[in-house]
Amino acid sequence: MTLSDLANPTRFLSLTARLLPWLVAATAIVLAIGLYQSAVAPDDYQQGATVKIMFIHVPNAWLSMLVWSVMSVAALGTLVWRHPLADVAAKAAAPLGAAFTFLALVTGSLWGRPMWGTYWEWDARLTSVLILFLMYLGLIALWRAVEDPSRAARAAAILTLVGAINLPIIKFSVDWWNTLHQGASVMRLGGPTLDRAFLIPLLVMALGFTLLFLTLHLAAMRNEILRRRVRSLQMLQADRRSA
Amino acid sequence: MSLGPYASFIVTAYLLVAAVVLLLIIWIALDYRRQQARLRELEASGVVRRSGRSAADIA
Repeated sequence: MTLSDLANPTRFLSLTARLLPWLVAATAIVLAIGLYQSAVAPDDYQQGATVKIMFIHVPNAWLSMLVWSVMSVAALGTLVWRHPLADVAAKAAAPLGAAFTFLALVTGSLWGRPMWGTYWEWDARLTSVLILFLMYLGLIALWRAVEDPSRAARAAAILTLVGAINLPIIKFSVDWWNTLHQGASVMRLGGPTLDRAFLIPLLVMALGFTLLFLTLHLAAMRNEILRRRVRSLQMLQADRRSA
Repeated sequence: MSLGPYASFIVTAYLLVAAVVLLLIIWIALDYRRQQARLRELEASGVVRRSGRSAADIA
């Protein structure tokens, strides 16, 4: 199956119907393993048991950026290739990205209070992630405000690509500025600095949350395709009534 | 498993993530049922797609 085959929404829905049960099962299994490993992971010598917040904070933080990256590729699909499902993919991903970013901010705040002594600090990492959250909300509002889906798609795609500038700022904010937030400890040149006792549960939870995103995204795309079918049938109904 | 003096922060973080994930799942499931119901209503009123296939049929 090629990307052009998936341009047909009916084929895409058929594929989604077959994939979703497997994805749901895989997500549940991987998250259950990750949660067990997180529960039995040892305390950190400095942070104590609060290190357990890392196992949910970091996957949500990674997903907050991954989802915007997916939306940026979809934005290119809308503007350059005019792929029929590109805008569907971007629109379905935005609320999920907003939820993951919200969770990254709040779990980070709950981790920061005992470790830094404050829930919030206007430093580069925290502020740039807050801006990402606000951009998600702005995009969702834009899709809701413009009634014509094709006009909304183009405007949202441009805004998404402009917003992608924030991704390297978030990633490198801890290197470019002096921040309260710690530097990269997993995705860095020279390899992870985390001990295996923390790294393995973290990677399993990251895989579980990524599968969760994939599952929810496919389900939300299916809903968006059905919503567009409802809209086109309603327009057809209105045309018949006025004829 | 002892969570130490900051147990409330850890438990709150995990409960919050569970609640938001659950809300997302419920929202998506309800939205699916709503769209399917609207499509069935439209088809019952005689509005069909040009292809003649049921819009609610996704398999």
